Amino acid sequence: MATITLQEIAHSYTGASTNPDDYALKKLNLTWRDGGAYALLGPSGCGKTTLLNIISGLLIPTDGRVLFNDQDITRLPTEQRNIAQIFQFPVIYDTMTVFDNLAFPLKNRGRSRKEIEPRVIALAKMLGLEKDLGTRAQHLTADAKQKISLGRGLIRQSVNAILFDEPLTVIDPQLKWELRSQLKYLHKQFGFTMIYVTHDQTEALTFAEQVIVMYEGEIVQVGTPEELFDRPAHTFVGYFIGSPGMNIIPCLLQGNQAVVDGHRIDLGQHYPDQPASAKTELGVRPEHLRLGPADEGGLPVRVVKVNDIGRHRIVRVALEGRELNVVVPEQSEIGGERAALYFNPDHTNIYLNDHLLTGERQ
Amino acid sequence: MIAKQTNQKAWFMVLPVFLVVAFSAVIPLMTVVNYSVQDTFGGNQFFWVGMEWFRDLIHSERFHDAFLRQLLFSGIILLIEIPLGVAIALAMPKKGWGVPVCLISMALPLLIPWNVVGTIWQIFGRVDIGLLGHSLASLGVNYNYTQDPLAAWLTIIVMDVWHWTSLVVLLAYAGLCSIPDAYYQAAKIDGASRFAVFRYIQLPKMQRVLLIAILLRFMDSFMIYTEPFVITGGGPGNSTTFMSIDLVKMAVGQFDLGPAAAMSLVYFLVILLLCWVFYTVMTNVGEESRKGGN
Repeated sequence: MATITLQEIAHSYTGASTNPDDYALKKLNLTWRDGGAYALLGPSGCGKTTLLNIISGLLIPTDGRVLFNDQDITRLPTEQRNIAQIFQFPVIYDTMTVFDNLAFPLKNRGRSRKEIEPRVIALAKMLGLEKDLGTRAQHLTADAKQKISLGRGLIRQSVNAILFDEPLTVIDPQLKWELRSQLKYLHKQFGFTMIYVTHDQTEALTFAEQVIVMYEGEIVQVGTPEELFDRPAHTFVGYFIGSPGMNIIPCLLQGNQAVVDGHRIDLGQHYPDQPASAKTELGVRPEHLRLGPADEGGLPVRVVKVNDIGRHRIVRVALEGRELNVVVPEQSEIGGERAALYFNPDHTNIYLNDHLLTGERQ
Repeated sequence: MIAKQTNQKAWFMVLPVFLVVAFSAVIPLMTVVNYSVQDTFGGNQFFWVGMEWFRDLIHSERFHDAFLRQLLFSGIILLIEIPLGVAIALAMPKKGWGVPVCLISMALPLLIPWNVVGTIWQIFGRVDIGLLGHSLASLGVNYNYTQDPLAAWLTIIVMDVWHWTSLVVLLAYAGLCSIPDAYYQAAKIDGASRFAVFRYIQLPKMQRVLLIAILLRFMDSFMIYTEPFVITGGGPGNSTTFMSIDLVKMAVGQFDLGPAAAMSLVYFLVILLLCWVFYTVMTNVGEESRKGGN
C-alpha cells in the first residue's frame, strides 16, 4: 500500500528529443492517493497505457521520477514493485489449470500451499470460476479467460496498486456490469488503490472517485464525475464526456455577454476583453439548454432534426447555420420548424484557446 | 413415375487424376511389388518365389542392424537438434539489425545441396588435408572417420546438426515471434522466473511449430542417404550403413532386385506408418486447441 507520485514524467518511444511531438506522454505531475479508485479516461492513443506501464515498471520513462511513498522506484524492475496489472486481452497460461493460473503470482513469491488454497478458492467463487478450477485454462471461453486474468491481478492482498488496462473490452455487456460492481465491492472491502484505464466514459464515471482525462499525451482535467460534467476544464472534456457532448460554438466576449453571430447571450459573469487573435468559444451542455415557442424572446433557431432516445429527446437546432444539440423532456412539444433557445448563465462556460476561462461574479 | 436421370460424365472429369496418380505412384510401385515376389538369374528371366524375400528380410540380421542404426541415428539427431534449435532461437535478438543477420546466417546451411554438404565435411574431416581432421590430429586426438566407427558416427552427426539445426531454429523463432508482448508483461507482473516464462509461456506457444520441426527432422533423418554416402560410403565396415544406403547396396551393388524390392516396400511401409502416427498426433493437438474456443 502506498501513495504513488509521478514527478515531471514524460515519455517518448523514440528516446529523448527536443521535438515535443515525439512524446507520447508530455510532462505531467500527479499523485494517486493510497486506496483511491481512479479512472484514466481518454481516446485511443492518448497515452493512457503508456502512463500505466510507467507505474508498473514495464516502461522506464524518458524523463521524471516515480515515487511509491517517498521512495524513488523509477528504475526498479516490475517484479519488485508489487503491482498488479490486468491487460486488455486475456493472458492465461495455456497448459495450467485454472487453479494454477490463479495461484501463479503467489507461488512465484514463495507462498505456501496452505496459504494459497483458500485464497484461490474464495477468489474463484467471487469470479464464478469455482466449477472450472480443475480444467485446463486453454479450453475456456474468452470471458472466462479474462476472468482468470482479472483473478491473477486480484489474488495478492498486499499490492501497492492494481492497474486495469481496459480489462472489460472483450467481455459481453451483461457480465461487464457484474464484474465492474465486483471490482467496486473489492475496492471497498480491501482498499486497494485501483487505476482503471478506459475509453468508455460510463465505465470511468461509474467506477471511479476521481477521473483523470487525458488528451494527446496530456492530462486535461482531474476531477470527480460531477466536476467533469459541470465544469469541463478543456473543450475536449466537454466533447468527450456526456452523450451527446457539449455544444461548443465560437463567440466574442463583451463584458458579461457572449456574442454569437450578432446574438447576445448573458453569461452572469464578467470576462476581461481578449485580443482578436485569441480563440474564444462558448460551451454549453445540451442538458442545460431550453427550447421555447418562437417569437416570445430567446434566440431564434430552426429545428433540424428530433431524435427520440427513450427517456428524453435530442433536438438538433440551427442558430444561423451553427448546429447545437438540445435535450428536451419526452413530453415536450416541439412546435413546427421554428423555436426559441434559452441559455442558463450558471451552466454556460467560456473557453479561451480550449481551456476554461473563469470570469468574475457580479 | 419419372425414371431418374443418371449422368456418368463425372467419371471423365476424374480420369486425369487417375492417370496422373497411376503413372506417378501406382505403376512404379507395382513394378517394385512385381520384383519383390520374383527371382532372376539375369537374362531377363524371372521365377515366382512368393513371400520368400519378405520372410528372408524379416529374419535378416543385416536388415535388423540397418534398421536399428537408422532409429539410433534419428533419435540422436532429434535429441540434439530440437533442444539446440530452441536454445538458439531463444538467444536470437527480437529486433534491430541483429535479426536479419541472424536469420540469413541461420538459413545459409539450408541452401547448400546435400552432396555438397557431404563433400564439405568429407574434406573438412580428412586427416591429411582437412582443417578439422588435421587440427585434431596435431592436437594428438586419434580421429579418423575412415577407420574408426565412433569417429564416423560423430562426423555424420555433427554434420547433420550443422546442416539442419537451422531449420529447427527458424521454426522455433517463428513460434517465439508470434507470442504477444502482453504475455511477457503479465509474467513480469506475476513475478515469474526466467524458467517459468520458458516453461509456461514460450514452450506451450511453440508446441505446434516444434511438432512440425520434430516431424520434418525425423522423416528427413530417417531417409538420409547422400551425406553418409559421400562421407563414409556406409563404412567403416557397415557401421554407418543406414537403411537407404543398405538398400542401394543391395539393389545396385549386388543387383539383388528381389530382396531389394521387398526391402523397399518394408521401408516404405515403415515411413508410411510413422507419417500416420505423426499426423494423428498433430491433428489431435490441433483439435485440442480448437476446443479452447480461441
